Amino acid sequence: MSMSNDMAVTTMRGGAGQLGVGPDTLVLGIETSCDETAAALVLGGTDVVSSVVSSQIDLHAEFGGVVPEVASRAHLESLNPVVERALADAGVGPERVDAVACTVGPGLIGALLVGVSAAKALSLAWEVPFVGVNHLEAHLYSSFLDHGDIGFPLVVLLVSGGHTMLIEMRGHGDYRLLGRTIDDAAGEAFDKVARFLDLGYPGGPAIDAAAELGDPEHIAFPRAMMHDGLDMSFSGLKTAVTNHVRRHPDVGSADVAASFRAAVVDVLVAKTRRAAAEVDAVGIVLGGGVAANALLRTEMTAAGAADGRTVLLPSREMCTDNAAMIAAAGWHRLGVDGPSPLDIGAFPTMPLVSSTPEAHRG
Amino acid sequence: MLLQAHSIADTRAIAAALAAWLRSGDIVVLSGEMGAGKTAFAQGVGTALGVDQPLTSPTFTLVNSYDCDRFTLHHADLYRLERTTELADLALAELAEFSGVVLIEWGEVAADALGDHLWVHLEIDDVAADLDAASDAPPEGRTIECGAVGQRWVGRWDRLRAAMEAAC
Repeated sequence: MSMSNDMAVTTMRGGAGQLGVGPDTLVLGIETSCDETAAALVLGGTDVVSSVVSSQIDLHAEFGGVVPEVASRAHLESLNPVVERALADAGVGPERVDAVACTVGPGLIGALLVGVSAAKALSLAWEVPFVGVNHLEAHLYSSFLDHGDIGFPLVVLLVSGGHTMLIEMRGHGDYRLLGRTIDDAAGEAFDKVARFLDLGYPGGPAIDAAAELGDPEHIAFPRAMMHDGLDMSFSGLKTAVTNHVRRHPDVGSADVAASFRAAVVDVLVAKTRRAAAEVDAVGIVLGGGVAANALLRTEMTAAGAADGRTVLLPSREMCTDNAAMIAAAGWHRLGVDGPSPLDIGAFPTMPLVSSTPEAHRG
Repeated sequence: MLLQAHSIADTRAIAAALAAWLRSGDIVVLSGEMGAGKTAFAQGVGTALGVDQPLTSPTFTLVNSYDCDRFTLHHADLYRLERTTELADLALAELAEFSGVVLIEWGEVAADALGDHLWVHLEIDDVAADLDAASDAPPEGRTIECGAVGQRWVGRWDRLRAAMEAAC
């Protein structure tokens, strides 16, 4: 409680940089970029005091079919209760919050604006700084929530339904894109293969469960671009799975799931090792929903041990979209760049590299 | 029109021929089962328009946008709309209106709401003859059907058709 709100207000007015951001700074994070409405309180950039995610999966299942606007409306309806719950779970009132961080991009414009507008309103009402956060950057910080700083450079494998990227992190806010998928994200391949095999949704955990019962060497699915740079491709693998099942209708789903998962993990681990060697990284960090995959966690940890590099794995609940990572990234962003101006908007196509909210102003 | 692509290269060439006739405000609906080549087709359009990065699948991100010389190319995907239902949030018609061209994968579910548009349906050629093949190499032959809804394409149709037919 040593960091008072008065102090935060003073630094906000004092302009960017030289902020009194420290271990006692409590940041409220808000995330509404896609499917999840989330709020969290994080102390000092690393200690998760509370984290609430209002998953919309049940809501969508309840409606079924196409219900226009339900996502934005759901964010709108969920946000206040989610923020209130985050405060209640933390056992603090709004007066204890030192700053409000919110995802400003990338994501859906309508969904983003719900969070950004609410965050700005809370910032004004509580007289604390507002800080805009890049959703992709926040994923990088999800590992720091459970582990201390291990130094730089780090290689980050950001792997989710929408993104598959290898990033060199040279310092806080200093990123370089090393490689990326040229077609489908790895998480999308998991989801589409799970759906094709009727294993259920979400696809990642469904494939993981089925794969445990199958033989990963039953089918030799292709490992695309395995020896070719740091870019990746998963579209052909997805097609190979559907093609194999059509040709061999009696094949067991567990064997297909295990063989498919092995192919994806082989590529992700090989590319990440190569990237880490190229930049001589001190450590490897995983982020994004696919970072929850059991085989990927095991194989990456083994690869890191063999290569003498630390591997940071986010806890499973911090892999998927959440607001604790937004608060953590916001804490760092606040310390480096200071608060974001209240006239910034939402940036649906915001890139990770060389992107600060300020760079997108106007 | 009905076209026959014998390879992924053919599919991309047909897409490139279409790209040359696109103008700001156009909406193109891409349909076909998983693996039919919707993303490959979109990539063919993107490359022809000079997009300098790979067009990646928008299934999870829902809309990816790329600046081109003549307009902004928006690549959307409605596959997840069964569960996440952001159709109005995507504002696809508005994206087209503001100097954009919108390619929509799995867009047939919303075709009625899209107004004038071009549609492209990709069908994987029958692989029954190959059933005994040991290889899992995917067949690349595609039957590509294309048509227009509304008046927007009338003036361009004959030339568009000639260009797409000449591409493979």
